[in-house]
Amino acid sequence: MNSFGAAVAIARKDLRSELRSKEATNAAVSFALVILLILSVAFEPTGDETHAIAGGLLWIVFAFSGTLILNRTFARELQNDALEALIAAPIPGWALFLGKATSSLVMMLVVEVVSLPIFAIFYDVSLVWTLVPVLLLGTWALVVVGVAFSALTVNVQLREVMLPLLIYPTLVPALIASMILTGNLLDGQAFAGDNLTWLRLLVGFDIIYTALAVGLIDIVLVG
Amino acid sequence: MREKAIYILGLLGAIALVANMYNIFLVLPDEANQGAIYRIIFFHVPAAIIAFTFFFVALICSVAFLAFKTFKADAIAVAATEVGVMFATINLVTGSIWGRNIWGIWWTWDYRITSMFVCVLLYLGYLIMRPAITEPTQRATLAAVLSIFAFADVPIVWFSIRWWRTQHPGPVLETGGLPHNMAMALLYNFLALLAIGTALVLVRLRSEHVQREIESLRRLALVEA
Repeated sequence: MNSFGAAVAIARKDLRSELRSKEATNAAVSFALVILLILSVAFEPTGDETHAIAGGLLWIVFAFSGTLILNRTFARELQNDALEALIAAPIPGWALFLGKATSSLVMMLVVEVVSLPIFAIFYDVSLVWTLVPVLLLGTWALVVVGVAFSALTVNVQLREVMLPLLIYPTLVPALIASMILTGNLLDGQAFAGDNLTWLRLLVGFDIIYTALAVGLIDIVLVG
Repeated sequence: MREKAIYILGLLGAIALVANMYNIFLVLPDEANQGAIYRIIFFHVPAAIIAFTFFFVALICSVAFLAFKTFKADAIAVAATEVGVMFATINLVTGSIWGRNIWGIWWTWDYRITSMFVCVLLYLGYLIMRPAITEPTQRATLAAVLSIFAFADVPIVWFSIRWWRTQHPGPVLETGGLPHNMAMALLYNFLALLAIGTALVLVRLRSEHVQREIESLRRLALVEA
């Protein structure tokens, strides 16, 4: 099996076990709904000001509910020492990382696809197709940093506490870009001018952190 | 010998700091627009430069640890990060006091201030994660990777927040807007604070070394028991 085949196999394995148990996605979707409810208390949901910050609210929902999925990516392998077996398997670390990242991306996108229409209804926002690239790039940023730090913290005490503490400051640039882009696009703007700059920043963030994570994952997993 | 070097360095820094303070508070005139409060610049700016210097040292030592697996590099990395976070906090606090006087508000989400704040949070994460890992080699390895991730983020954070908003006064160092005697006072205070910072790193380095000694003795005792 070549390395890409191994990555695909790992992603399929994760998705299959998630499809059977649905433990991470169920929790993440419910949590996303809870955050939507709480935010509606903090801000008048259909007011004009809330429309202006809708992009930011949406990414708060994605980022917070996403950690429930990202926390599980490597932790789910701790049972029966499956992580040791994966590390010992004759596949490169980056294949393991890409497989895990792909499965997490799919799970996060599922959560987003479920919570987006609900968000649109709750906050009276009309969705636009131009959001798709922003969602993909922003979610990949969340996933790539989240999965790398999930590998980093898998054997650490207080893992669930440590992961959010580490990923959110790191994600600040990607979150700013995604929030501003989403807000502008929901406002009816096109991909031009400032929006292109933010898109470039998002792409740059994704490339830099994918390269770093792929390059350093062997050190993280094996030492 | 080593201990003496630390004390001498700290003492030199302290003496220089006292001499600088005399110059800063009693000799240099008030600034035309800002009055007396501008003097905070002599602590605010060096603190930022020293913080980033130490974060950079931590990055180099983290890479060195991953390359050569010497625990000395790891110890320097954690010592430099800790003192770096302290200087970054000094930078934020002094900036906040200055902002209260000049802008009338304690805090504003300007790009430099926000970037420094994110930087403090990034390295606080590093410092909080370290004690949560018990195995020394694993702790050093993961901390080194984390340090690389954090440092890579600094320029991206900087540019993203810069595009986002801007309110901070233009950097007086780059534009050369500072009179000669004030620029020299800034340089001397930078050197004094750098000496004190380095002494603190060395003290922290020694405590890291002692900590490691205690851990290995404890393991030895466990094996013998």
